[in-house]
Amino acid sequence: MADFQRSAPDAKGHLRKGPGLWVKLRLDPFLLILIFAIMSFGLLVLYSGSGASDAAVQRQSIRYGVALLVVIFITQMNLRHVQRWIPLVYIAGLLLLLAVLFFGVGAKGAQRWLELPGLPRFQPSEMMKLAVPLMVSWYLGSRPRPPSLAHVFVAILLVAIPVLLIAKQPDLGTALLVGSSGVFVIFFAGLLWRYLIAAMVIGAAGMPLLWMGMREYQKQRVLTFLDPESDPLGAGWNIIQSKIAIGSGGINGKGWLQGTQSHLDFLPETHTDFIVAVLAEEFGLMGVCLLLALYFLVLLRGLVIAGSAAHPFDRMLAASLTLTFFVYVVVNIGMVSGLLPVVGVPLPMVSYGGTSAVTLMASLGLLMSIHARRPQRT
Amino acid sequence: MPWLKMDSQRQEVSQFKARLWWALLLIVLVFVGLISRLIYLQVIQHEHYVTQSDNNRQQLQALAPTRGLIYDTNGVLLAGNRASHSLTLVPERLIKGHKGIDSMLTELAEVVTIDQDDIKRFKRRLNQPRRPFSPVTLRFQLNPTEIAQITVNQHRLPGVRIVPELVRYYPMDDGFVHALGYVGRINDRELAKLDSVNYSATHHVGKLGVERFYENELHGTVGHQTVETNARGRVLQVLERFEPVPGKDITLFLNAQLQQAAVKLLEGKRGAIVAIDPSTGGVLAMASAPTYGANQFVTGISNANYQALRNSDDLPLFNRALRGRYPPASTVKPVIALAGMDTGLVPRNYSLWDPGYYQLTEGGRFYRDWKEGGHGRVDMHKSIVESVDTYYYAIAHLMGNDPMTKYLAKFGFGQVTIADQPEATKAVLPTKQWKRINRNASWFPGDSLNLGIGQGFLSATPTQIASMTMVLANKGQWHQVRMIKAINGQAVTKVSDIGRNDPKQPIDIKLKRNSDWDGVHNAMIDVMHGAKGTGRRSGANSSYKMAGKTGTAQVLGIKQDSTYDADKIAERFRDHGLYIGWAPVNNPKIAIVVIIENGGGGSSAAAPLARKLFDLYVLEPKPEVKSEDNVGGS
Repeated sequence: MADFQRSAPDAKGHLRKGPGLWVKLRLDPFLLILIFAIMSFGLLVLYSGSGASDAAVQRQSIRYGVALLVVIFITQMNLRHVQRWIPLVYIAGLLLLLAVLFFGVGAKGAQRWLELPGLPRFQPSEMMKLAVPLMVSWYLGSRPRPPSLAHVFVAILLVAIPVLLIAKQPDLGTALLVGSSGVFVIFFAGLLWRYLIAAMVIGAAGMPLLWMGMREYQKQRVLTFLDPESDPLGAGWNIIQSKIAIGSGGINGKGWLQGTQSHLDFLPETHTDFIVAVLAEEFGLMGVCLLLALYFLVLLRGLVIAGSAAHPFDRMLAASLTLTFFVYVVVNIGMVSGLLPVVGVPLPMVSYGGTSAVTLMASLGLLMSIHARRPQRT
Repeated sequence: MPWLKMDSQRQEVSQFKARLWWALLLIVLVFVGLISRLIYLQVIQHEHYVTQSDNNRQQLQALAPTRGLIYDTNGVLLAGNRASHSLTLVPERLIKGHKGIDSMLTELAEVVTIDQDDIKRFKRRLNQPRRPFSPVTLRFQLNPTEIAQITVNQHRLPGVRIVPELVRYYPMDDGFVHALGYVGRINDRELAKLDSVNYSATHHVGKLGVERFYENELHGTVGHQTVETNARGRVLQVLERFEPVPGKDITLFLNAQLQQAAVKLLEGKRGAIVAIDPSTGGVLAMASAPTYGANQFVTGISNANYQALRNSDDLPLFNRALRGRYPPASTVKPVIALAGMDTGLVPRNYSLWDPGYYQLTEGGRFYRDWKEGGHGRVDMHKSIVESVDTYYYAIAHLMGNDPMTKYLAKFGFGQVTIADQPEATKAVLPTKQWKRINRNASWFPGDSLNLGIGQGFLSATPTQIASMTMVLANKGQWHQVRMIKAINGQAVTKVSDIGRNDPKQPIDIKLKRNSDWDGVHNAMIDVMHGAKGTGRRSGANSSYKMAGKTGTAQVLGIKQDSTYDADKIAERFRDHGLYIGWAPVNNPKIAIVVIIENGGGGSSAAAPLARKLFDLYVLEPKPEVKSEDNVGGS
């Protein structure tokens, strides 16, 4: 925890050092190194998970390049000036989500994409991953803290509306991420513990009531969701196979490109949501722990940045973005290892895929940009 | 007050930092939890999972449910299942995996015949999403010699398997396809729509007709089994098995003997026959000619055969009974007469002198009757018996368009009347509004005259005309027209009984004077049995009484053909012959429509066919049909 304290704002430290190269660039070397480390490890696993496909690695590298450009672009923006646009962005996001409900396109019963003439296909829900924490931070940041119940109520509405719209698509993974990012802001705004506890108690008490109100087929669906292994041909297949992959990896793993589960095509989606199973099979417990350690350092750095931010808005946003990153990691690994129900959440900076990589990197860019604002403030 | 503000700010910061510590605690705890889970899986349970992964021997296989059978009303099997052996490849078990497919295909070609078509379709199936280690079919319906050839060479064909499966078989093939539809291999588009779990072992889906409409009921629910296999994928032992639930059996109203007779009567012609039981609305026969064999579609029709069917001038693939749009011609005259009397726009004793033509205005266009010189004095009764066009020109002009379309709609025109044939169309019931939208012209009095004799813009499918005949026979009472009689032995009176949407059906027709029905019925009886009835030759020498109406539809041009064969043109300009009728008169058991394309007049081309079917259905006490014995259910 020494690191955490060293970077906490203390005026002396900053008076001693002049603004260095990194400060001028407004980038955080610590986070950058971690990002590169995770990405490199990710590409290694991706090569194996995609069936030794150079093309997949190449395409993913290009995406990483684009994502880094996004980081640089965001860090160069002045958050202060950008702040006033947040409500507009949020409302635009809501409208786009509504548009998805009516005109969205997609496959297998889910409508997630929007095809506007002249624009490439995109997922408005991805945009809400940033717009919601920004909006709630902006809203609560410009009001007295700890927030009054009325303000909390409005904040909850700000979170709940997009979450419900996304859940309706249905895209439970993204809904979960967007929802938690908003809730974290409320938590860090200083919502009193007693309200938090009260909310939890009410939530817990409401569950049995909800359960009793459900019809038989709805109950069945929830049960399959919670216990996918009861449906071995459908949802359960993935989990059974990924557990075999992880478990058979052992402490040291079967070696790079040697995973039988993934290479015999038992394992589904080896390059997207289930990629950590490939990692666990080929690099063993050691490999997963290395990745978890890297993630842990990213989280620590995020908390440090949050702790050293001067403005309530920056503080709440940084803490929320950090914890959302945490949710990504936990939900993905928890899902693949059979601890949590299956919802589509990618493993940050490792899973193959464009849109989510860019949003994730954008949130890291915001963190860096918050960090860059710190010296000028103190 | 800045002090106070500073103070509260400081307090806020320290509170925020406290929360960061809580967050850190949460992160640490959860990471410890994740790592414990990984240790559990990778260290403690390691051995267990290694066995599972090494062996690859435990395999989960989906088990296809047996498709429900389709019976005719007397329990004669119309659609069964029979064993068929397919040649399949499991790409994962080939020596070089997916890369070894091409060399294996050349090797296989030495043992059994595989043509380019097979290979092309195999590659397409290979690229569809599939469960690992599931076989991909290369050829269907191996004959015993081929099975033996492959078995003998099995040792040098790792990954090649012969898979037996039950596939649909239509024992009385030709002539039933337009009533039953057929099943075929699931294609890409269907694959995207179907429930991927429930269809994980199923290769066929209902493509048309009853097979398509009752797909949910006929399909059943998938089962699964865990098996132990050897390295070549041969099943050594079944460890656990959940039986699939077979699809439900369906009984139709269709009468196989009547259907076969109808098909036979249509042989060599183009046309359709639809017969309905007026007391239930059940379809007894639905034939469209020319027809084709459905069995070839089940296992995949060859491209050449399919093109031949597609490009035939006679359009065998076209279901005339459900989709053919014909002018109903004189067969609508009873409905027009009823409309005139019931609305009061035409007096019940209305009569006129028929000179053989009708003119809207003096010196205007001649609307001709079919009989040169005319029929003399004509009343309603005679107008139906002798099918006097002039009479209907006159009363159509008296009524105008609206009353006629209103009553035609009550008899089902312009609507889909059959509940469980997804291909059925509603044809055209021309209203003023329809003409404005579709022809961009207003309604002229001459249009009403044409409508009065069932020509002009009016068109109807044989199924619609048969529905009209049923309602005429029932004196206004509707039943849902449908193929289905029962599911798993439980009677179905409406498709909504099994959770489907009923088609919008007109309500029962109540006339102001019930005796109007009798007037029309008596006239239709005299069509068959009267001295001057247009159908008298077909009604003669019968032990029971029947009612009917003939119709002759003018063909204005060649519609469906694009090729112009000089010899055929003359034939294709001939009139369509139509006939509607029911029997016996007092207690109708069958209502029928016969349409013969370019067959000439209805009394000579269509009515005799109907008489033969009446005789068969009304006189035969218990129809029996022979079906092949080697076909059966599961």
